[in-house]
Amino acid sequence: MSEHFDAIVVGAGPSGNAAAYTMAKAGLSVLQIDRGEYPGSKNVQGAILYADALERIIPDFREDAPLERHVVEQRIWMLDDRAHTGTHYRSDDFNEARPNRYTILRAQFDKWFSKKVREAGALVITETTVTGLVRNEAGAVIGVQTDREGGPVFARVVVLAEGVNGLVAQRAGLRPELKPNHVALAVKETHFLSEEKVQERFNLAGEDDGVVIEVLGTVTSGMVGTGFLYTNKESISIGVGCLVSDYAETGMAPYELLDRFKRHPSVAPLLRGSEMKEYVAHLIPEGGYNAIPKLTGDGWLIVGDAGQFVNAVHREGSNLAMTTGRMAAEAIIALRKADLPVSEANLKIYRDALAESFVMQDMKKYRHLPATLEKNRDALFGAYPRALSSALQTLFRVDGTAKRDKEKQMLGIVKKSRGSWWAVATDMFKVARAWR
Amino acid sequence: MTAKDKPVRMEERLYQNRYMVDEGRPHVRIHHQAEDSPQLKTLTRICPAGCYALDENGRVQVAADGCMECGTCRIVCQATGEIEWSYPRGGYGILFKFG
Ligand SMILES: Cc1cc2nc3c(=O)[nH]c(=O)nc-3n(C[C@H](O)[C@H](O)[C@H](O)COP(=O)(O)OP(=O)(O)OC[C@H]3O[C@@H](n4cnc5c(N)ncnc54)[C@H](O)[C@@H]3O)c2cc1C
Ligand code: SF4
Repeated sequence: MSEHFDAIVVGAGPSGNAAAYTMAKAGLSVLQIDRGEYPGSKNVQGAILYADALERIIPDFREDAPLERHVVEQRIWMLDDRAHTGTHYRSDDFNEARPNRYTILRAQFDKWFSKKVREAGALVITETTVTGLVRNEAGAVIGVQTDREGGPVFARVVVLAEGVNGLVAQRAGLRPELKPNHVALAVKETHFLSEEKVQERFNLAGEDDGVVIEVLGTVTSGMVGTGFLYTNKESISIGVGCLVSDYAETGMAPYELLDRFKRHPSVAPLLRGSEMKEYVAHLIPEGGYNAIPKLTGDGWLIVGDAGQFVNAVHREGSNLAMTTGRMAAEAIIALRKADLPVSEANLKIYRDALAESFVMQDMKKYRHLPATLEKNRDALFGAYPRALSSALQTLFRVDGTAKRDKEKQMLGIVKKSRGSWWAVATDMFKVARAWR
Repeated sequence: MTAKDKPVRMEERLYQNRYMVDEGRPHVRIHHQAEDSPQLKTLTRICPAGCYALDENGRVQVAADGCMECGTCRIVCQATGEIEWSYPRGGYGILFKFG
């Protein structure tokens, strides 16, 4: 393999696949390397796929992509130990010709995407770990080392689509090690049930309709994090993720948290009789805008999770991965056409494209949120969920108490949860400001 | 504790997972110092695959056969230098079926 490529893409997740596909389609010579047995075999997602990002790359993806169900209903649950308070939004408008969100199984989806990349003309090599970057005397990246025999491979640019751990970039000194409070550790199980049971339990009309539930509150035992429960065709994905720093501090076992979530009285009936067929763990970048590393240099650039591109509030990651992958590819294509080197200065077009798109705008919008959530963790992930449940229970129980007294009791519960109204107001203000 | 609340054993949990173990080439190693750091000790609780356990001398040991390559242990112990962590050779390690 002494060939010289236009681009080498490290990683075949959504960001690497978007980049490799876009470049190969434009006629560039692309080598893509993944360490898995097949693309997807190392990858984990909830998983909700946002159609828009993929549609901009493969407009007719619906024809053969392995999609589970399209989302017709979004639930948000606030849990305490025995109750859930929830909002559900379901609309028949989501039953459209080109649905906006789907559930997927990542290992299968990535395999499909990789097939498209090969069809577009890229050379895809699996079962190969990239172990280092090759540089020229000037320090520019000119290729990669792998754990395969045959020496280094060279290219005009290396696209680092290596996911959250980002070891290649890290060990080449392009970025620092991850901070424990910039990543969440998520554990997830896939529980199989018949298609009919999934439909019955979630009140679904058709075999393609799905429900997704995002879960806040005591599901994380006071740590910063969330839970989720998504319907696939014949299975349910259930998981919980919390900051690694919080795990390290509390010494809680992630699988015990997941087991407690599964036993919750609101959740257990949804899973009853199911067969668990896989247990997975993976990190999610959650440091937000302030955790984004340097993204470009001479002969290299970073896309997807490796660049911390996850909007934790809206549970968006794969779409940012695909969008950053596509934008990186478009920048490289433009430089190739103009016969310009892929230098840090010339990669300004990638940085500008990111800045102008929803990607950076959303990352920026929530840049204060991670710190705010961390600092107010006890209130937001413990005290308020409990107070909300207890206040609502007071409202709904009919027990001879006058309504005016009930209202007083409810307000008392909220006030007591934080000690004073001043504390409650301050919390609200802090969150609102970080949200803005 | 009712039967339904009984904790699931890690072996049962990982039983359904597919692995290609690279015999004799562990990708996670501990460099023991005079004493195990609190960070290293906490891994016996927070490693999602239960790879870390105390031996009969109360020292932390790792058996990474069930490792899901999440990276948590490397990040938690970055300041202590006790963990040497790399990806398994290409094709080895965890192989997710659904992910
Ligand atoms: C539990 C969980 C739930 C999530 N839910 C959602 C959701 O519902 N919706 C959503 O949009 N996002 C979700 N995300 C986030 C989403 O999964 C990521 O944002 C997305 O996978 C990032 O894609 P990527 O291509 O950047 O990285 P990855 O998908 O991690 O891909 C990286 C690839 O690089 C390869 N690789 C790494 N290092 C090397 C190396 N040295 N040599 C060769 N190959 C290498 C890996 O094998 C892998 O294939 C979730 C994440 C988790 C963990
Ligand atoms: S990488 Fe994750 S699963 Fe593997 S040993 Fe470390 S903490 Fe455990």
